[in-house]
Order: sequence, then structure tokens, then C-alpha cells
Amino acid sequence: MTLELVDFQILAAALFCLGLYGVLARKSAVMVLMAVELMLNAVNINLVAFAAFRDVSSIVTGQVIVIFVITVAAAEVGLALAVIMRLFRRRGTVNVDEIDLMKG
Amino acid sequence: MGLVLFYILGGITIVAALGVVTTRNIVYGALFLLASLSGVAGLFVVLFAEFLALVQLLIYGGAIIIVILFALMLTRTGDFSVATEHRRWPAAAIVSLALFGLLAGAAISDSGEYNTYRRTGIGIEELGAGLFENWAIPFEVASIVLLVALIGAIVIGRSGDDEDGADETGNGGQG
Repeated sequence: MTLELVDFQILAAALFCLGLYGVLARKSAVMVLMAVELMLNAVNINLVAFAAFRDVSSIVTGQVIVIFVITVAAAEVGLALAVIMRLFRRRGTVNVDEIDLMKG
Repeated sequence: MGLVLFYILGGITIVAALGVVTTRNIVYGALFLLASLSGVAGLFVVLFAEFLALVQLLIYGGAIIIVILFALMLTRTGDFSVATEHRRWPAAAIVSLALFGLLAGAAISDSGEYNTYRRTGIGIEELGAGLFENWAIPFEVASIVLLVALIGAIVIGRSGDDEDGADETGNGGQG
């Protein structure tokens, strides 16, 4: 029995769904951000796995896209944490349920 | 060998991710996230993507976790360690499990085509050549994205000239 693509796909699906649960169920904005990181990592696993299981020419494409995803994730974390800290200074909370300023 | 490593690293990744989304202590959550991201780096090694594993450890393990821990430290309130779940968390669990069933079913039923291919890896030279030849323009756009995010983070996070300037001294007194 050897390692197959479907193993990586199911692992990535599990990681993505755990991240989705975290985004939906957690109250702290920082925990929501950490769950988003889990989802991004699940996508990265899928990209690298699909690239590695095809021919050699697609490996570069898959891995370069992963590098871009990591870059955007770094930018996202920096910006989101700045927003969260600003929010904490103004409102005194990072609970996403209490931040309903734009509620109609 | 690859299968054993896959199960060990995948188990670490999934268990740590479960810890991230269920722990009550938010600092433990950040440390679980570090463990999970390290497991993903190990999975990259199993997939012969050594450079990505290194980047994963450096950027996620080195930079992002540190920034998250700083944010946790600076936004600490008394009620952080209790009741961090939304009261409708069963609905979230049902949605997540349903999506997992959908994705896993699709993967099992439709991925046989590529399973016969042999896994291979590439050297860092080919990755660099691909990045700077075929992907040169997205690379430049990514640098602009990083610059804009950096400036935006500084502007947003700066202790502002808005009406809550008095809070700043209060926080400084506590810290």
C-alpha cells in the first residue's frame, strides 16, 4: 500500500473543515484569524499534493502558487492584527458578536 | 516509509488543529496552531517540497505565530479564557461535518486518475527560474501587496489622532 493523492485530499479537507468550524464558532477575533490560517494551509497542502502527483512541469506552478498564498497570508495577518488592535483600543473587546457597527 | 510519515505528520496536524478550534485558553490555541503548521511543513517534506517546508517554518512558525502572540498579549481581557464559543456552535459543527463529507466523498470518487503517477520533486533552481520567468509579474504584484499591507498596518495600528487618544495613556499606565 502506497501513499496516494486521495490521502492528502482527505487530510486537507479535514483541516479545511476544522478551520471552517473555528471561523464559524469562535468568538474571539484572533481565534477566527487563526482558524483562517488553518484553512489557508489546507489549500496549500492540496496545491502541493496535486502538483507533486502530476508530471514534473506542473510542480513549479503548484509550488509558486503556494509561495504567493503564503505571501498573501502574511500580509493578511499583519493587517488583520492591526485592525484587531485598533478595535480593541476603541471598543475594549475583540468579541466578534459585539462588533455590529455596520448592522442594518 | 512515506506512508508512516504521512500518518504521523497528518495526525499531528489534525489533532493540533482540533486543539486550535476547541481549546479554551487562547495562548494554548496559538501554540497548537504552531504545532499544526509545523505538521504541514512536514507534509511538504513528504511531498518533496523542501523549500516550501522551509518557507512554511520561517514565515508561519517564525513570523506569524509571534505576531499573533503579540496581539494576544496586547488585547488581553479578563474573560478571554471562558466561553469563547459562540452559542450556536452545534450548527457550525454540522456545517463543517457536512462540508467534510462532501469534499471527502468527491475526493474518493474522483481522484483515481492521478493516483497512479509517481511523486517527484524539483530543485530550488527550477522553482526560482519558474518564479522569476513565468511568474515575474505576479511576483511584482505580490511585492506591491506586501508594501500596501505594511503601510496599511502601520496607519491603522498607529495610536490615532481620533477621539480615543485618552485611552492610549490609560493602556500605557497598565502596561
